[in-house]
Amino acid sequence: MSELKKKVEGITKESTQAMIDHAMEIYPDKAKKKRAPHLAPNEGEGACVKSNRKTIPGIMSARGCAYAGAKGVVWGPIRDMVHVSHGPVGCGWYSWGTRRNLMTGINGVNQFAMQFTSDFQEKDIVYGGDKKLKTLLAEAHDLFPLAKGISVLSECPVGLIGDDINSVAKVASVELDIPVIPCNCEGFRGVSQSLGHHISNDTIRDHIIGTREFAEPASPYDIALIGDYNIGGDVWSVKPLLEEIGLNVKAVWTGDGELEKIAATHTVKLNLIHCYRSMNYMCRVMEEKYGIPWLEFNFFGPTKIRESLRKIADHFDDVIKEKVEAAIAKYDPIMQAVIDEYRPRLEGKTVMLYVGGLRPRHTVNAYADLGMTVVGSGYEFAHGDDYERTSPEMPEATVIYDDASEHELEEFVNELRPDLVGSGIKEKYLFQKMGIPFRQMHSWDYSGPYHAYNGFPVFARDVDMAINSPTWKLVKAPF
Amino acid sequence: MRQIAIYGKGGIGKSTTTQNTVAGLAFMGKKVMIVGCDPKADSTRLILHAKAQNTVMDLVRELGTVEDLELEDVMKVGYRDIKCVESGGPEPGVGCAGRGVITAINFLEENGAYTPDLDFVFYDVLGDVVCGGFAMPIREGKAEEIYIVTSGEMMAMYAANNIAKGILKYATSGKVRLAGLICNARKTDKEFELITALAKKLGTQMIHFVPRDNQVQRAEMRRMTVIEYSPEHPQAQEYRTLAQKINDNKMLVIPTPLEMEELEDLLMEYGIMEPEDESIVGVSEAAAV
Repeated sequence: MSELKKKVEGITKESTQAMIDHAMEIYPDKAKKKRAPHLAPNEGEGACVKSNRKTIPGIMSARGCAYAGAKGVVWGPIRDMVHVSHGPVGCGWYSWGTRRNLMTGINGVNQFAMQFTSDFQEKDIVYGGDKKLKTLLAEAHDLFPLAKGISVLSECPVGLIGDDINSVAKVASVELDIPVIPCNCEGFRGVSQSLGHHISNDTIRDHIIGTREFAEPASPYDIALIGDYNIGGDVWSVKPLLEEIGLNVKAVWTGDGELEKIAATHTVKLNLIHCYRSMNYMCRVMEEKYGIPWLEFNFFGPTKIRESLRKIADHFDDVIKEKVEAAIAKYDPIMQAVIDEYRPRLEGKTVMLYVGGLRPRHTVNAYADLGMTVVGSGYEFAHGDDYERTSPEMPEATVIYDDASEHELEEFVNELRPDLVGSGIKEKYLFQKMGIPFRQMHSWDYSGPYHAYNGFPVFARDVDMAINSPTWKLVKAPF
Repeated sequence: MRQIAIYGKGGIGKSTTTQNTVAGLAFMGKKVMIVGCDPKADSTRLILHAKAQNTVMDLVRELGTVEDLELEDVMKVGYRDIKCVESGGPEPGVGCAGRGVITAINFLEENGAYTPDLDFVFYDVLGDVVCGGFAMPIREGKAEEIYIVTSGEMMAMYAANNIAKGILKYATSGKVRLAGLICNARKTDKEFELITALAKKLGTQMIHFVPRDNQVQRAEMRRMTVIEYSPEHPQAQEYRTLAQKINDNKMLVIPTPLEMEELEDLLMEYGIMEPEDESIVGVSEAAAV
């Protein structure tokens, strides 16, 4: 690992710490004390920052809530289910279609990317929303008889008034003869959307996994693709590649996902997990309960794709190994052409990242493939094990930030002046107003896919387009 | 207009005391409104001679939204023009009764239930102030006078002290004040002395000692207050006295709630509680032999 250790000119442990200290100067003592352990220079191994702690009130955090983690991340992409936001209308409405988890199918027939909510009124708070939920479930089933199941996702008030969605769901599953899955993901639970992922994983464990079998006979090459949410069509780039190397992708969790395939995943031979943060829980459950091994992989950029494909091949026989080598041989020149085109324009450029729970480490090498260096990275809702995985990817002594506030990011970007910032919609305009090119790295900024060989050319094009846009030369501040 | 909230342990007789006292005030010619803040909705039955009044929340449930509701649908007029409203709420175990109280009181305010001709508004509140909703009547701009109904029973006194703690919290940030303890006698030992002493410790007064009398039950069976059922009965006179005392009361204080130990000392002083014997704590009957 030591020979892999990258250095960035001008960045030392001292310079990074000085930058952090400067950013925290305006904080009151109590806030400073609490924030200090969440900001640190990269030490190269272990988790160098504290994480998964409650956000300090008053800090402008970018975090979401447990409901967001459940609805937006885990459940929302399952296309053949009706997902009910149980509570007042706002949570469902404002989370509708915002994550760009694309779907196949015909809306209302075999795909239900619609907004279902119990639309709580005063009377539902006072008298409980359980009766309304019962009616809603029956109506949803009547209107959309082809929906394979219904998820009931609790919003905050449901937890406050103690609505028993579990018993309503249990009765409705029997009466409607489809799975009705209650998910107690009230937004106030936990410190970030991360708990929503965990609760949803637990719900899949308790209500879904093992309840179906695949129609086709099992084969030694059956795998499941876990933690790919088909943002901008990522799954549609990854799945064909996995099939090209000879694997049967029996289920996708949960991008463009199907309930019955997810339910039968307990029979696959290997789980391939991309987003570790949001789905490692179920990988562990399937390992313990069904003995299915799982493997983390990274499909951002040709270097990591190549590495990951060979890691995957190690789990299979020579048939797969040959196909993997053939695929690498086939795609390497294509990728090299992409690099040859963009790298001259991007060489030596720097980037700072602030995303959710995976990309701040997984995309680091994709930038490196384009000759770029990530000079700062951090997560909204990662845990210690994510930071452990981040340290080796990042150059020495670069700043790592956990649950960063808008102020901290602004200070760091001001100091480091990267050529690109990759973060979310909440950060976008701050940095664009600072005159710094920006790409949304949650949603791929209306673009994508970025995963696998089909994704990399799109990624390279988008990064080039952002950084080398002539616009930035025209927005010089007059002062 | 004076707004008064009545609190006290569940089952202590808040609703009975409130309705009889209000009847006493009405007997004096005062204009009064009662707002029942309890999902059981039994704060107005003695005034209306009704089994149960249509509650605000019941109608909200029926009509769909609170906006569709009219004041006259939920306000009934009973004995001597006493106006009666019940907030209502869910059956035990579902929903949020506290929110029901908030919704109902907001509705009354927005729809002009608090008319200037009223001399008194009484809030009869659920025994256990389990959440913010049941503190609604003593929030800013509402009841500023609170009476706690209690008896000489230990748990009733504990509850009274706890309520005083709640009042203290609101008193420091607003105008809410403790106006007195009403002793609804259970004929326990030294009840008069004990409640007088408790009131003194809390910095307030025992405004009246209401003796126990079965005439109250006889009237209740007829869904009436004693004052209406038998105005000449001595018990009716007791409630009229209480009404007069409340009408004349000027003693509004920020309470000084007792620490648990002080309260127990008080009970020991009056022989209600034995001094604690630490050697018996946690020892089962079998082990003690």
